[in-house]
Amino acid sequence: MTDALVMSPADIRRAVTRIAHEIVEHNRGTDGLVLVGMRTRGVPLAARIARAIEEFEGERVPTGSLDIGLYRDDLTERGPSVNIQPSELPDITGKRVVLVDDVLYTGRTVRAALDALADYGRPDAIELAVLVDRGHRELPIRADYVGKNIPTSQSDDVQVRLHEVDEEEYVRVAAGAGDTLRRSRTGAAS
Amino acid sequence: MTTDTRAADQTQTLDAPATADEGWRRRHLLDLDDFTVDELEQVMAATDTMKEVLSREVPRVPALRGTTVVTLFYENSTRTRTSFELAGKVLGADVINIAASASSVTKGESLVDTVQTLQAVGADVLVMRHSRSGAPYLAARHATCSVVNAGDGLHAHPTQALLDLYTMRSALGDVHGRKVVIVGDIMHSRVARSNMWALTALGAEVVVCGPPTLIPAGLGTTTAPASSPDARAFSPRRDSKEHPRMETELPPVRVETDLDRAVEGADVVMALRMQLERMHGGFVPGAREYSRLYQVNAERLARAKPGALVMHPGPMNEGIEISHEVAHGLQSRVEEQVANGVAVRMAVLWLVTRTGARGGIRAVGRGAL
Repeated sequence: MTDALVMSPADIRRAVTRIAHEIVEHNRGTDGLVLVGMRTRGVPLAARIARAIEEFEGERVPTGSLDIGLYRDDLTERGPSVNIQPSELPDITGKRVVLVDDVLYTGRTVRAALDALADYGRPDAIELAVLVDRGHRELPIRADYVGKNIPTSQSDDVQVRLHEVDEEEYVRVAAGAGDTLRRSRTGAAS
Repeated sequence: MTTDTRAADQTQTLDAPATADEGWRRRHLLDLDDFTVDELEQVMAATDTMKEVLSREVPRVPALRGTTVVTLFYENSTRTRTSFELAGKVLGADVINIAASASSVTKGESLVDTVQTLQAVGADVLVMRHSRSGAPYLAARHATCSVVNAGDGLHAHPTQALLDLYTMRSALGDVHGRKVVIVGDIMHSRVARSNMWALTALGAEVVVCGPPTLIPAGLGTTTAPASSPDARAFSPRRDSKEHPRMETELPPVRVETDLDRAVEGADVVMALRMQLERMHGGFVPGAREYSRLYQVNAERLARAKPGALVMHPGPMNEGIEISHEVAHGLQSRVEEQVANGVAVRMAVLWLVTRTGARGGIRAVGRGAL
Protein backbone atom coordinates (compact mmCIF):
# COMPACT_ATOMS: atom_id res chain seq x y z
CA MET A 1 0.00 0.00 0.00
CA THR A 2 1.46 3.36 -1.05
CA ASP A 3 0.56 6.71 0.35
CA ALA A 4 1.11 9.97 -1.55
CA LEU A 5 0.78 13.56 -0.39
CA VAL A 6 -1.12 15.39 -3.13
CA MET A 7 -1.84 18.75 -1.44
CA SER A 8 0.14 20.53 1.26
CA PRO A 9 -1.38 23.22 3.52
CA ALA A 10 -0.02 25.87 1.11
CA ASP A 11 -1.59 24.06 -1.88
CA ILE A 12 -4.92 23.96 -0.07
CA ARG A 13 -4.67 27.68 0.78
CA ARG A 14 -3.95 28.61 -2.85
CA ALA A 15 -6.77 26.40 -4.15
CA VAL A 16 -9.26 27.98 -1.73
CA THR A 17 -8.15 31.50 -2.73
CA ARG A 18 -8.44 30.70 -6.44
CA ILE A 19 -11.91 29.16 -5.99
CA ALA A 20 -12.98 32.30 -4.06
CA HIS A 21 -11.85 34.51 -6.98
CA GLU A 22 -13.54 32.26 -9.54
CA ILE A 23 -16.83 32.30 -7.63
CA VAL A 24 -16.88 36.11 -7.48
CA GLU A 25 -15.78 36.47 -11.09
CA HIS A 26 -18.34 33.99 -12.40
CA ASN A 27 -21.19 35.50 -10.36
CA ARG A 28 -20.05 39.09 -11.16
CA GLY A 29 -19.75 40.09 -7.54
CA THR A 30 -21.21 38.83 -4.30
CA ASP A 31 -24.83 40.01 -4.63
CA GLY A 32 -27.26 37.25 -3.69
CA LEU A 33 -24.44 34.79 -3.11
CA VAL A 34 -24.73 32.15 -0.35
CA LEU A 35 -22.05 29.57 0.51
CA VAL A 36 -23.30 26.28 1.92
CA GLY A 37 -20.75 23.84 3.33
CA MET A 38 -21.59 20.16 3.42
CA ARG A 39 -20.76 18.41 6.65
CA THR A 40 -18.26 17.71 7.81
CA ARG A 41 -15.30 19.24 5.95
CA GLY A 42 -17.28 21.34 3.50
CA VAL A 43 -18.22 23.60 6.42
CA PRO A 44 -14.70 24.92 7.22
CA LEU A 45 -13.97 25.12 3.49
CA ALA A 46 -17.03 27.33 2.96
CA ALA A 47 -15.91 29.51 5.88
CA ARG A 48 -12.43 29.83 4.36
CA ILE A 49 -13.84 30.79 0.95
CA ALA A 50 -16.10 33.38 2.62
CA ARG A 51 -13.10 34.82 4.48
CA ALA A 52 -11.05 35.01 1.27
CA ILE A 53 -13.91 36.78 -0.52
CA GLU A 54 -14.23 39.25 2.34
CA GLU A 55 -10.50 40.04 2.10
CA PHE A 56 -10.55 41.07 -1.53
CA GLU A 57 -14.17 42.22 -1.95
CA GLY A 58 -14.89 43.67 1.48
CA GLU A 59 -18.24 41.88 1.48
CA ARG A 60 -19.34 39.21 3.95
CA VAL A 61 -21.07 36.41 2.05
CA PRO A 62 -23.69 34.52 4.13
CA THR A 63 -22.69 30.94 4.86
CA GLY A 64 -24.55 27.89 6.09
CA SER A 65 -24.00 24.24 6.83
CA LEU A 66 -25.90 21.28 5.43
CA ASP A 67 -26.14 17.77 6.85
CA ILE A 68 -27.48 15.29 4.29
CA GLY A 69 -27.74 12.32 6.65
CA LEU A 70 -31.53 12.17 6.31
CA TYR A 71 -31.36 12.34 2.49
CA ARG A 72 -28.85 9.63 1.63
CA ASP A 73 -29.89 6.76 -0.62
CA ASP A 74 -26.99 4.52 0.40
CA LEU A 75 -27.49 4.36 4.16
CA THR A 76 -28.09 0.64 4.47
CA GLU A 77 -25.00 0.02 2.37
CA ARG A 78 -22.84 2.18 4.61
CA GLY A 79 -23.30 0.41 7.89
CA PRO A 80 -24.90 1.77 11.00
CA SER A 81 -23.32 5.22 11.08
CA VAL A 82 -25.67 7.58 12.86
CA ASN A 83 -23.74 10.80 13.02
CA ILE A 84 -26.27 13.45 12.00
CA GLN A 85 -26.38 17.09 13.00
CA PRO A 86 -28.85 19.91 12.49
CA SER A 87 -28.39 21.96 9.33
CA GLU A 88 -28.08 25.73 9.66
CA LEU A 89 -29.00 27.67 6.57
CA PRO A 90 -29.62 31.33 5.78
CA ASP A 91 -32.54 32.13 3.47
CA ILE A 92 -31.68 30.61 0.09
CA THR A 93 -34.80 31.45 -1.91
CA GLY A 94 -33.87 33.66 -4.87
CA LYS A 95 -30.16 33.33 -4.04
CA ARG A 96 -27.21 31.89 -5.93
CA VAL A 97 -26.08 29.02 -3.73
CA VAL A 98 -22.58 27.58 -3.95
CA LEU A 99 -22.43 24.11 -2.35
CA VAL A 100 -18.99 23.39 -0.92
CA ASP A 101 -17.56 19.93 -0.23
CA ASP A 102 -14.12 18.41 0.23
CA VAL A 103 -14.21 15.48 -2.23
CA LEU A 104 -16.39 14.89 -5.29
CA TYR A 105 -16.58 11.16 -6.04
CA THR A 106 -19.73 9.28 -7.08
CA GLY A 107 -21.90 12.39 -6.90
CA ARG A 108 -24.44 10.73 -4.61
CA THR A 109 -23.73 13.07 -1.72
CA VAL A 110 -24.28 16.06 -3.99
CA ARG A 111 -27.53 14.60 -5.28
CA ALA A 112 -28.70 14.21 -1.68
CA ALA A 113 -27.62 17.80 -0.97
CA LEU A 114 -29.69 19.07 -3.91
CA ASP A 115 -32.74 17.28 -2.48
CA ALA A 116 -32.06 18.76 0.95
CA LEU A 117 -31.62 22.31 -0.42
CA ALA A 118 -34.95 22.06 -2.22
CA ASP A 119 -36.61 21.54 1.17
CA TYR A 120 -35.22 24.84 2.43
CA GLY A 121 -36.27 27.07 -0.44
CA ARG A 122 -35.94 27.74 -4.16
CA PRO A 123 -32.56 29.18 -5.08
CA ASP A 124 -32.09 30.95 -8.44
CA ALA A 125 -29.08 28.74 -9.11
CA ILE A 126 -26.96 26.12 -7.37
CA GLU A 127 -23.26 25.70 -8.12
CA LEU A 128 -20.73 23.24 -6.75
CA ALA A 129 -17.23 23.89 -5.42
CA VAL A 130 -14.95 21.04 -4.29
CA LEU A 131 -11.40 20.88 -3.04
CA VAL A 132 -10.73 17.56 -4.80
CA ASP A 133 -12.41 15.90 -7.77
CA ARG A 134 -11.35 12.26 -7.83
CA GLY A 135 -13.56 11.06 -10.71
CA HIS A 136 -15.70 7.88 -10.90
CA ARG A 137 -19.05 9.67 -11.10
CA GLU A 138 -22.19 7.54 -10.93
CA LEU A 139 -24.59 10.42 -11.60
CA PRO A 140 -24.70 13.29 -14.13
CA ILE A 141 -23.12 15.79 -11.73
CA ARG A 142 -20.03 17.99 -12.21
CA ALA A 143 -18.28 20.65 -10.18
CA ASP A 144 -18.18 24.33 -11.22
CA TYR A 145 -15.06 25.03 -9.14
CA VAL A 146 -12.36 22.45 -8.48
CA GLY A 147 -9.29 22.84 -6.26
CA LYS A 148 -7.47 19.89 -7.77
CA ASN A 149 -8.37 17.05 -10.12
CA ILE A 150 -6.82 13.85 -8.81
CA PRO A 151 -6.99 10.75 -11.02
CA THR A 152 -7.64 7.81 -8.69
CA SER A 153 -8.50 4.16 -8.82
CA GLN A 154 -11.75 3.19 -7.11
CA SER A 155 -9.75 1.23 -4.56
CA ASP A 156 -7.81 4.37 -3.50
CA ASP A 157 -8.69 6.24 -0.34
CA VAL A 158 -8.59 10.03 -0.64
CA GLN A 159 -7.93 11.54 2.78
CA VAL A 160 -8.68 15.23 3.27
CA ARG A 161 -7.62 16.68 6.62
CA LEU A 162 -8.38 20.27 7.62
CA HIS A 163 -7.05 21.77 10.81
CA GLU A 164 -10.49 23.05 11.96
CA VAL A 165 -11.70 19.44 12.11
CA ASP A 166 -8.61 17.27 12.30
CA GLU A 167 -5.84 19.40 13.83
CA GLU A 168 -3.70 18.57 10.80
CA GLU A 169 -3.92 19.66 7.20
CA TYR A 170 -3.22 17.78 3.96
CA VAL A 171 -4.73 15.79 1.11
CA ARG A 172 -3.32 12.30 0.70
CA VAL A 173 -4.12 9.37 -1.52
CA ALA A 174 -3.60 5.95 0.02
CA ALA A 175 -3.54 3.40 -2.80
CA GLY A 176 -5.71 0.35 -2.26
CA ALA A 177 -6.91 1.46 1.17
CA GLY A 178 -10.39 2.54 0.10
CA ASP A 179 -11.32 -0.85 -1.26
CA THR A 180 -10.91 -2.70 2.02
CA LEU A 181 -12.61 0.13 3.83
CA ARG A 182 -15.66 -0.04 1.59
CA ARG A 183 -15.81 -3.77 1.82
CA SER A 184 -15.69 -3.83 5.60
CA ARG A 185 -18.42 -1.20 5.74
CA THR A 186 -20.80 -3.13 3.51
CA GLY A 187 -19.90 -6.25 5.43
CA ALA A 188 -20.99 -4.63 8.65
CA ALA A 189 -24.35 -3.66 7.18
CA SER A 190 -25.43 -6.99 5.82
CA MET B 1 -40.38 -24.82 11.27
CA THR B 2 -38.01 -22.09 10.23
CA THR B 3 -39.48 -19.81 12.86
CA ASP B 4 -37.45 -21.33 15.67
CA THR B 5 -34.07 -21.09 13.98
CA ARG B 6 -34.81 -17.55 12.90
CA ALA B 7 -35.78 -16.55 16.40
CA ALA B 8 -32.58 -18.11 17.72
CA ASP B 9 -30.47 -16.21 15.17
CA GLN B 10 -32.07 -12.95 16.16
CA THR B 11 -31.67 -13.30 19.91
CA GLN B 12 -28.00 -12.49 19.84
CA THR B 13 -28.66 -9.08 18.34
CA LEU B 14 -31.42 -8.32 20.81
CA ASP B 15 -29.15 -6.64 23.29
CA ALA B 16 -26.03 -5.21 21.77
CA PRO B 17 -25.06 -1.89 23.34
CA ALA B 18 -23.30 0.46 20.96
CA THR B 19 -20.35 2.74 21.32
CA ALA B 20 -19.97 6.03 19.48
CA ASP B 21 -17.32 4.55 17.19
CA GLU B 22 -19.40 1.59 16.14
CA GLY B 23 -22.52 3.59 15.37
CA TRP B 24 -25.92 2.26 16.36
CA ARG B 25 -26.36 -1.50 16.88
CA ARG B 26 -29.66 -1.79 18.70
CA ARG B 27 -32.42 -3.17 16.51
CA HIS B 28 -35.09 -2.89 19.19
CA LEU B 29 -35.89 -0.27 21.79
CA LEU B 30 -37.37 -2.15 24.71
CA ASP B 31 -36.16 -0.29 27.81
CA LEU B 32 -33.37 2.03 28.90
CA ASP B 33 -32.13 -0.17 31.77
CA ASP B 34 -29.12 -1.34 29.76
CA PHE B 35 -28.44 1.85 27.80
CA THR B 36 -24.90 3.19 27.91
CA VAL B 37 -24.17 6.89 28.31
CA ASP B 38 -22.98 6.87 24.66
CA GLU B 39 -26.28 5.49 23.45
CA LEU B 40 -28.30 8.06 25.39
CA GLU B 41 -26.08 10.79 23.93
CA GLN B 42 -26.61 9.43 20.43
CA VAL B 43 -30.39 9.60 20.85
CA MET B 44 -30.14 13.16 22.21
CA ALA B 45 -27.92 14.24 19.29
CA ALA B 46 -30.23 12.69 16.70
CA THR B 47 -33.18 14.43 18.40
CA ASP B 48 -31.46 17.81 17.91
CA THR B 49 -31.41 17.14 14.17
CA MET B 50 -35.04 16.04 14.17
CA LYS B 51 -36.03 19.26 15.99
CA GLU B 52 -34.44 21.22 13.14
CA VAL B 53 -36.46 19.20 10.60
CA LEU B 54 -39.67 19.91 12.56
CA SER B 55 -38.90 23.64 12.61
CA ARG B 56 -39.00 23.84 8.81
CA GLU B 57 -41.90 25.23 6.86
CA VAL B 58 -42.45 21.82 5.27
CA PRO B 59 -41.28 19.31 7.87
CA ARG B 60 -40.60 16.25 5.76
CA VAL B 61 -37.44 14.37 4.89
CA PRO B 62 -37.04 11.13 2.90
CA ALA B 63 -34.94 9.34 5.53
CA LEU B 64 -37.39 6.44 5.99
CA ARG B 65 -38.86 6.38 2.49
CA GLY B 66 -39.92 2.84 1.67
CA THR B 67 -40.06 1.87 5.33
CA THR B 68 -43.30 0.71 6.92
CA VAL B 69 -44.01 1.57 10.54
CA VAL B 70 -46.89 -0.24 12.21
CA THR B 71 -48.27 0.98 15.52
CA LEU B 72 -49.90 -1.88 17.41
CA PHE B 73 -51.70 -0.61 20.50
CA TYR B 74 -53.35 -2.99 22.92
CA GLU B 75 -54.06 -0.05 25.25
CA ASN B 76 -55.58 3.33 24.61
CA SER B 77 -53.26 6.22 23.94
CA THR B 78 -53.54 9.60 22.31
CA ARG B 79 -50.21 11.36 22.50
CA THR B 80 -47.86 8.41 22.22
CA ARG B 81 -49.56 6.84 19.23
CA THR B 82 -50.12 10.16 17.47
CA SER B 83 -46.55 11.28 17.97
CA PHE B 84 -45.16 7.98 16.64
CA GLU B 85 -47.44 8.30 13.63
CA LEU B 86 -46.37 11.88 13.00
CA ALA B 87 -42.70 10.99 13.55
CA GLY B 88 -42.91 8.24 10.94
CA LYS B 89 -44.68 10.49 8.45
CA VAL B 90 -42.20 13.36 8.83
CA LEU B 91 -39.42 10.88 8.02
CA GLY B 92 -41.28 9.71 4.90
CA ALA B 93 -42.30 6.26 6.22
CA ASP B 94 -45.63 4.61 5.56
CA VAL B 95 -47.49 4.39 8.85
CA ILE B 96 -50.25 1.91 9.60
CA ASN B 97 -52.14 2.14 12.88
CA ILE B 98 -53.67 -0.93 14.38
CA ALA B 99 -55.88 -0.83 17.44
CA ALA B 100 -55.92 -4.29 18.95
CA SER B 101 -59.63 -3.92 19.73
CA ALA B 102 -60.36 -3.75 15.98
CA SER B 103 -57.98 -6.52 14.86
CA SER B 104 -57.85 -10.30 14.81
CA VAL B 105 -56.66 -10.11 18.39
CA THR B 106 -60.33 -10.10 19.35
CA LYS B 107 -60.65 -13.39 17.43
CA GLY B 108 -58.06 -14.90 19.74
CA GLU B 109 -54.90 -14.42 17.67
CA SER B 110 -51.79 -14.70 19.84
CA LEU B 111 -49.28 -11.86 20.18
CA VAL B 112 -46.56 -13.81 18.39
CA ASP B 113 -48.89 -14.65 15.49
CA THR B 114 -49.96 -11.02 15.21
CA VAL B 115 -46.33 -9.87 15.13
CA GLN B 116 -45.39 -12.41 12.49
CA THR B 117 -48.41 -11.55 10.37
CA LEU B 118 -47.62 -7.86 10.49
CA GLN B 119 -44.00 -8.30 9.51
CA ALA B 120 -44.94 -10.75 6.78
CA VAL B 121 -47.05 -8.04 5.16
CA GLY B 122 -44.12 -5.65 5.35
CA ALA B 123 -43.75 -3.99 8.75
CA ASP B 124 -40.15 -2.83 9.23
CA VAL B 125 -40.78 -1.27 12.63
CA LEU B 126 -43.41 -2.42 15.08
CA VAL B 127 -44.31 0.19 17.67
CA MET B 128 -46.12 -1.63 20.41
CA ARG B 129 -48.07 -0.85 23.54
CA HIS B 130 -49.31 -3.66 25.72
CA SER B 131 -50.85 -3.92 29.17
CA ARG B 132 -48.59 -6.86 30.08
CA SER B 133 -45.06 -6.12 31.26
CA GLY B 134 -42.53 -7.76 28.97
CA ALA B 135 -44.85 -8.25 25.98
CA PRO B 136 -42.51 -6.32 23.61
CA TYR B 137 -39.63 -8.62 24.62
CA LEU B 138 -41.69 -11.61 23.53
CA ALA B 139 -42.52 -9.83 20.27
CA ALA B 140 -38.85 -8.93 19.68
CA ARG B 141 -37.73 -12.53 20.15
CA HIS B 142 -40.00 -13.61 17.32
CA ALA B 143 -39.52 -10.63 15.01
CA THR B 144 -37.17 -10.00 12.11
CA CYS B 145 -38.32 -6.37 12.11
CA SER B 146 -37.54 -3.77 14.79
CA VAL B 147 -39.71 -3.60 17.89
CA VAL B 148 -40.15 -0.31 19.74
CA ASN B 149 -41.76 -0.42 23.16
CA ALA B 150 -44.40 2.31 23.47
CA GLY B 151 -45.24 1.24 27.03
CA ASP B 152 -45.60 -2.25 28.49
CA GLY B 153 -47.61 -2.80 31.64
CA LEU B 154 -45.85 -1.50 34.71
CA HIS B 155 -42.44 -2.09 33.22
CA ALA B 156 -41.07 0.49 30.80
CA HIS B 157 -41.89 3.44 28.58
CA PRO B 158 -38.51 4.26 27.08
CA THR B 159 -39.53 6.93 24.56
CA GLN B 160 -41.33 8.89 27.29
CA ALA B 161 -38.18 8.82 29.43
CA LEU B 162 -36.08 9.91 26.44
CA LEU B 163 -38.35 12.87 25.73
CA ASP B 164 -38.33 13.77 29.42
CA LEU B 165 -34.54 13.65 29.36
CA TYR B 166 -34.40 15.77 26.21
CA THR B 167 -36.78 18.33 27.75
CA MET B 168 -34.67 18.53 30.93
CA ARG B 169 -31.45 18.92 29.00
CA SER B 170 -32.93 21.65 26.79
CA ALA B 171 -33.57 23.72 29.91
CA LEU B 172 -30.72 22.64 32.22
CA GLY B 173 -27.95 21.83 29.76
CA ASP B 174 -26.96 18.65 31.55
CA VAL B 175 -28.69 16.47 34.13
CA HIS B 176 -25.45 15.39 35.81
CA GLY B 177 -25.65 16.35 39.51
CA ARG B 178 -29.17 17.75 39.10
CA LYS B 179 -31.89 16.81 41.53
CA VAL B 180 -34.96 15.27 39.90
CA VAL B 181 -37.98 14.48 42.07
CA ILE B 182 -40.57 12.05 40.72
CA VAL B 183 -43.83 12.25 42.68
CA GLY B 184 -46.76 9.90 42.73
CA ASP B 185 -47.62 6.28 42.07
CA ILE B 186 -44.08 4.99 41.51
CA MET B 187 -45.09 1.36 41.81
CA HIS B 188 -47.49 1.33 38.87
CA SER B 189 -45.52 3.77 36.72
CA ARG B 190 -43.55 2.57 33.71
CA VAL B 191 -42.69 6.21 33.06
CA ALA B 192 -40.98 6.47 36.46
CA ARG B 193 -39.09 3.22 35.93
CA SER B 194 -37.61 4.17 32.56
CA ASN B 195 -36.83 7.68 33.80
CA MET B 196 -34.95 6.32 36.81
CA TRP B 197 -32.65 4.24 34.59
CA ALA B 198 -31.88 7.01 32.11
CA LEU B 199 -31.40 9.75 34.70
CA THR B 200 -29.20 7.73 37.05
CA ALA B 201 -27.09 6.53 34.11
CA LEU B 202 -26.35 10.18 33.34
CA GLY B 203 -25.49 11.00 36.93
CA ALA B 204 -28.64 12.80 38.07
CA GLU B 205 -29.72 12.63 41.71
CA VAL B 206 -33.13 10.98 41.54
CA VAL B 207 -35.56 11.15 44.45
CA VAL B 208 -38.85 9.30 44.22
CA CYS B 209 -41.70 10.37 46.44
CA GLY B 210 -45.14 8.96 47.12
CA PRO B 211 -47.26 7.13 49.66
CA PRO B 212 -45.33 4.16 51.10
CA THR B 213 -47.98 1.83 49.63
CA LEU B 214 -47.03 3.03 46.14
CA ILE B 215 -43.23 2.71 46.42
CA PRO B 216 -41.86 -0.60 45.06
CA ALA B 217 -40.31 -2.78 47.75
CA GLY B 218 -36.54 -2.51 47.93
CA LEU B 219 -36.31 0.75 45.99
CA GLY B 220 -33.88 3.15 47.63
CA THR B 221 -31.61 0.41 48.94
CA THR B 222 -29.25 0.43 45.95
CA THR B 223 -26.64 3.08 45.29
CA ALA B 224 -24.33 3.90 42.42
CA PRO B 225 -21.07 1.98 42.76
CA ALA B 226 -18.89 3.93 45.16
CA SER B 227 -15.79 2.71 43.36
CA SER B 228 -16.76 4.69 40.26
CA PRO B 229 -14.74 7.92 40.38
CA ASP B 230 -17.21 9.68 38.13
CA ALA B 231 -20.91 8.98 38.36
CA ARG B 232 -21.19 9.68 34.64
CA ALA B 233 -19.23 6.54 33.97
CA PHE B 234 -21.85 4.56 35.83
CA SER B 235 -24.12 2.61 33.59
CA PRO B 236 -26.44 0.05 35.18
CA ARG B 237 -25.64 -2.80 32.83
CA ARG B 238 -22.42 -1.79 31.17
CA ASP B 239 -20.82 -5.11 32.11
CA SER B 240 -23.96 -7.13 31.47
CA LYS B 241 -21.95 -9.87 29.77
CA GLU B 242 -20.07 -10.75 32.93
CA HIS B 243 -22.74 -9.93 35.50
CA PRO B 244 -26.24 -10.46 34.18
CA ARG B 245 -28.50 -8.13 36.07
CA MET B 246 -30.85 -9.81 38.49
CA GLU B 247 -34.52 -9.17 38.00
CA THR B 248 -34.59 -7.63 41.44
CA GLU B 249 -31.89 -5.09 40.69
CA LEU B 250 -33.15 -1.54 41.03
CA PRO B 251 -31.89 1.85 39.90
CA PRO B 252 -29.92 3.81 42.54
CA VAL B 253 -32.50 6.35 43.67
CA ARG B 254 -33.48 7.85 47.01
CA VAL B 255 -36.97 7.33 48.47
CA GLU B 256 -38.77 10.06 50.37
CA THR B 257 -42.36 9.91 51.61
CA ASP B 258 -42.63 13.57 52.62
CA LEU B 259 -43.07 15.72 49.50
CA ASP B 260 -42.16 18.98 51.24
CA ARG B 261 -38.80 17.51 52.15
CA ALA B 262 -38.35 15.77 48.78
CA VAL B 263 -38.71 18.91 46.65
CA GLU B 264 -36.20 20.89 48.74
CA GLY B 265 -33.68 22.33 46.22
CA ALA B 266 -34.99 20.27 43.30
CA ASP B 267 -34.13 21.19 39.70
CA VAL B 268 -37.01 19.18 38.28
CA VAL B 269 -40.33 18.13 39.82
CA MET B 270 -42.14 15.47 37.84
CA ALA B 271 -45.68 14.56 38.85
CA LEU B 272 -47.16 11.25 37.75
CA ARG B 273 -50.77 10.56 36.89
CA MET B 274 -52.72 9.29 39.89
CA GLN B 275 -55.07 6.70 38.51
CA LEU B 276 -58.47 6.56 40.08
CA GLU B 277 -58.36 2.74 40.16
CA ARG B 278 -55.60 3.00 42.76
CA MET B 279 -57.95 4.80 45.11
CA HIS B 280 -60.46 1.99 44.74
CA GLY B 281 -57.69 -0.58 45.09
CA GLY B 282 -56.95 0.62 48.58
CA PHE B 283 -53.46 1.98 47.92
CA VAL B 284 -54.43 5.47 49.02
CA PRO B 285 -57.32 6.54 51.24
CA GLY B 286 -58.84 8.94 48.73
CA ALA B 287 -58.29 11.73 46.26
CA ARG B 288 -58.52 14.51 48.82
CA GLU B 289 -56.06 12.84 51.15
CA TYR B 290 -53.70 12.14 48.27
CA SER B 291 -53.73 15.68 46.93
CA ARG B 292 -53.29 17.16 50.40
CA LEU B 293 -50.07 15.17 50.86
CA TYR B 294 -48.69 14.73 47.35
CA GLN B 295 -50.07 17.41 45.05
CA VAL B 296 -47.44 19.50 43.27
CA ASN B 297 -48.72 23.00 43.98
CA ALA B 298 -47.27 26.51 44.12
CA GLU B 299 -46.52 26.34 47.82
CA ARG B 300 -44.48 23.15 47.48
CA LEU B 301 -42.84 24.29 44.24
CA ALA B 302 -41.53 27.32 46.12
CA ARG B 303 -39.30 24.95 48.11
CA ALA B 304 -37.59 23.75 44.92
CA LYS B 305 -34.87 25.77 43.19
CA PRO B 306 -36.13 29.03 41.68
CA GLY B 307 -37.29 28.27 38.15
CA ALA B 308 -37.34 24.51 38.74
CA LEU B 309 -38.99 22.63 35.89
CA VAL B 310 -42.43 21.12 36.33
CA MET B 311 -43.12 18.06 34.24
CA HIS B 312 -45.91 15.54 33.79
CA PRO B 313 -46.17 12.66 31.31
CA GLY B 314 -49.88 13.36 30.84
CA PRO B 315 -52.75 13.10 30.80
CA MET B 316 -52.98 15.30 33.91
CA ASN B 317 -55.58 15.10 36.67
CA GLU B 318 -55.51 18.76 37.53
CA GLY B 319 -56.43 19.33 41.15
CA ILE B 320 -55.24 15.87 42.18
CA GLU B 321 -51.53 15.24 41.51
CA ILE B 322 -50.88 18.74 40.19
CA SER B 323 -52.63 22.05 40.80
CA HIS B 324 -54.11 23.95 37.89
CA GLU B 325 -51.88 26.99 38.39
CA VAL B 326 -48.67 24.92 38.43
CA ALA B 327 -49.75 22.74 35.49
CA HIS B 328 -50.13 25.83 33.35
CA GLY B 329 -47.64 28.10 35.09
CA LEU B 330 -44.39 29.56 33.82
CA GLN B 331 -42.34 26.67 35.15
CA SER B 332 -44.44 24.02 33.42
CA ARG B 333 -42.71 22.15 30.61
CA VAL B 334 -45.71 19.90 29.90
CA GLU B 335 -46.42 21.28 26.42
CA GLU B 336 -42.74 21.17 25.53
CA GLN B 337 -42.68 17.50 26.58
CA VAL B 338 -45.43 16.73 24.10
CA ALA B 339 -43.68 18.69 21.33
CA ASN B 340 -40.34 16.98 22.02
CA GLY B 341 -42.11 13.63 21.89
CA VAL B 342 -42.34 13.80 18.12
CA ALA B 343 -38.63 14.65 17.67
CA VAL B 344 -37.47 11.93 20.08
CA ARG B 345 -39.64 9.31 18.37
CA MET B 346 -38.26 10.39 14.99
CA ALA B 347 -34.77 9.84 16.37
CA VAL B 348 -35.73 6.41 17.71
CA LEU B 349 -37.39 5.28 14.47
CA TRP B 350 -34.38 6.51 12.51
CA LEU B 351 -31.83 4.86 14.77
CA VAL B 352 -33.44 1.41 14.98
CA THR B 353 -33.78 1.30 11.20
CA ARG B 354 -30.02 1.96 10.76
CA THR B 355 -29.42 -1.68 11.59
CA GLY B 356 -30.99 -2.89 8.35
CA ALA B 357 -33.71 -5.00 9.98
CA ARG B 358 -36.67 -5.39 7.66
CA GLY B 359 -39.94 -7.18 7.43
CA GLY B 360 -41.94 -8.63 4.57
CA ILE B 361 -40.70 -9.92 1.24
CA ARG B 362 -37.47 -7.88 1.48
CA ALA B 363 -36.42 -9.82 4.54
CA VAL B 364 -36.72 -12.99 2.47
CA GLY B 365 -34.71 -11.43 -0.35
CA ARG B 366 -31.98 -10.40 2.05
CA GLY B 367 -31.55 -13.90 3.34
CA ALA B 368 -32.92 -13.13 6.76
CA LEU B 369 -34.99 -16.30 6.65
